[in-house]
Amino acid sequence: MTPAPPGAGFLDRRLLFFTGKGGVGKSTVTAAVALLAAEQGRRVLLVEVDAKGNLTSLFEHPPVGFDPVEIYPGVCAMQMRTEAALREYLRLNLRIPVIGRLGPLASVLDFVATAAPGVKEILTVGKVCWEVRESLQGRADWDLVLVDAAATGHVLAQLDSPRAIQELVQVGPVRQQTDWMAELLADPAVTALHVVTAPEEMPVNETIELVDRARVELDVPLGSVVVNRVLPEPFTRADEPVFDALLSGSPRDRLDAELGAGASAVLDATRLAVSLRRSRSVHLTRLRDAVDLPLLYLPYLFVRDHGLRVTRMVAEHLAEELGQ
Amino acid sequence: MTTTSLESLLASREIVVFCGSGGVGKTTTAAATAVAAVTELGGTVLVLTIDPARRLADALGLEGIGNVERRVPDAALRAAGLEPRGELYAAMLDTKASWDDLVLRHAPDEETAYKILENRLYHNITARFVQSHDYIAMERLYDLHSSGRYDLIVVDTPPTRNALDFLEAPNRMADFFGGRLLRWLITPYRLAGRRGARIVNFASRPFYQLADRVLGSQFLQDIAEFFLNFQSMYDGFITRAQAVERLLHDRRTSFVVVTTLDGAPLREAEFFCQELAARRFPLGAIVLNRVLPDFLTSPDGQAAATLLCDQSERLAESVAALGERGLEDLERTARVLRTIGATFRDYSVVATREREVREELGRVPDVVASVPAFPDDVHDLAGLARIGRALLGSS
Repeated sequence: MTPAPPGAGFLDRRLLFFTGKGGVGKSTVTAAVALLAAEQGRRVLLVEVDAKGNLTSLFEHPPVGFDPVEIYPGVCAMQMRTEAALREYLRLNLRIPVIGRLGPLASVLDFVATAAPGVKEILTVGKVCWEVRESLQGRADWDLVLVDAAATGHVLAQLDSPRAIQELVQVGPVRQQTDWMAELLADPAVTALHVVTAPEEMPVNETIELVDRARVELDVPLGSVVVNRVLPEPFTRADEPVFDALLSGSPRDRLDAELGAGASAVLDATRLAVSLRRSRSVHLTRLRDAVDLPLLYLPYLFVRDHGLRVTRMVAEHLAEELGQ
Repeated sequence: MTTTSLESLLASREIVVFCGSGGVGKTTTAAATAVAAVTELGGTVLVLTIDPARRLADALGLEGIGNVERRVPDAALRAAGLEPRGELYAAMLDTKASWDDLVLRHAPDEETAYKILENRLYHNITARFVQSHDYIAMERLYDLHSSGRYDLIVVDTPPTRNALDFLEAPNRMADFFGGRLLRWLITPYRLAGRRGARIVNFASRPFYQLADRVLGSQFLQDIAEFFLNFQSMYDGFITRAQAVERLLHDRRTSFVVVTTLDGAPLREAEFFCQELAARRFPLGAIVLNRVLPDFLTSPDGQAAATLLCDQSERLAESVAALGERGLEDLERTARVLRTIGATFRDYSVVATREREVREELGRVPDVVASVPAFPDDVHDLAGLARIGRALLGSS
């Protein structure tokens, strides 16, 4: 039997969370998935949870608010705001209209959230789940809801919040709400949690730890590990001795003569590239050994800036990796 | 405006707080700074780290978990080729243990302390409430500083979603416990407690009607009970939070912003510098971490790369003519030469972008120190010392 490619079904689930240690390119990967899905004709809702407001800049679009805005053909984006989510929740589910400025309600929310961790998280997760359920029942337009979720340190609390709230609140409407949310999050036909990482020490450590903890503590199906910024291997095993031979003795003298003053710069640059790649490989191996999830690799991009062009490049590499 | 070096900053301050967005090497840079301080300046130096990589923790002798400061043995420093002029200590932050300490210190009596410690909301708050890490980190810093045992404390900050959260944590804690809202919420409960009634009529106020519908009254009662107990620590807590706040603004404290030259961390670092200034926190230096070396942008290198890419066959013949072993396969050698040229060009693109950013940052009237991109992760004292030298040498 031929094993399925690592990306089989990647875009078929409706709710995808992306987490990862800060700095690994979590937002870039999420944006690239959105772009790829939209190019394939899917309607995407892109949810930014960490209020950094730079997810839309990857589409060269100004920041958006709580109400979804189409930032690219087929991609609508929204920024999570817990107060707005609470207002919507009260209006839609409990038929309590909140008119005008939130004022006191906002401070009550702050207060309750401080007292009971999980309250802000449940509003975030609740809003996301609600959009998914609406779309499943044909009331919302999304084929795919993508969440640029909290970093590894916080995502467990976020995804576990329905359960945390269930522990705290035994009865009432909130209790009923959390039941269907927990069910939706646990459904492998609907939901997947993907971890974005980079082949460096701390991101790999955190990924291994997160995958282990998610298995034990969460009832949310794990998807894949997306390894971002993989440096190219400059030389094949057979070519490497040639590079080494050029570094010293008479070949080196000849290169100095042929290339002029820049010879040492190009050779040192290549030496740096070789050793960077080598030290990264150690962490890649560690990751492969410790995590038995499908791994998807995205190359380091030697580019001057970030924007739609780069998001598109990442999406192309991703499509290739997914076999699409 | 005078420019001070990082070295004089370390010599003149008692607390240096390292901040920046996640993944920029904050923890390593803070540890390297402490190592540099103890080998270059002397004195008793403590590095307080939040969540070090295991190998870094091992290097600092922090194998065990707990809140105790540990001396990094001189022998370990000497084994790494360093000559300590003072004493180096390291400590990790244990959030739960620190909160427990705080409760035991401020609770009016043992019974209240244990009521708090055993409350499930307390457990939730200390273990999961992200901002509680911010507060407790600053609280612990205050504690260590006022012990007077250290000439210099280098602090790593928690990986918060918003790098500013921890600065506001003491203030927010004080606001929170002094808040009208809290008093308003627990008042009916307290009155009921006095009357000895067990069931409280929360439904007497609109807020409770709403909260009751949303959350259920048992939950609200749990909250009220918890805060009623917690409020007995109010005075101690407020005094303490205010003292922490003062210490962060003190002239003996300085902030260092760490960033790489990537887009997102850099934008955050710039924002962070502005916010520090707006809140009158003293910004001492900006550390640019993992900076690619200058030779990657040299015009000579560019010229050589062009030659390698355009004339690889001729160059392969030229080196093959030397008759050295391993270079006989002309096609292979030409491919290797083209790869060398292409690799330089790739890295040059990134290095050029970095240089432009550095030139812009150079106009900021603060110390800007650079740490080169080392190919390997740093996880021993010798590696930390190497970073430390780069930090002090490049100001």
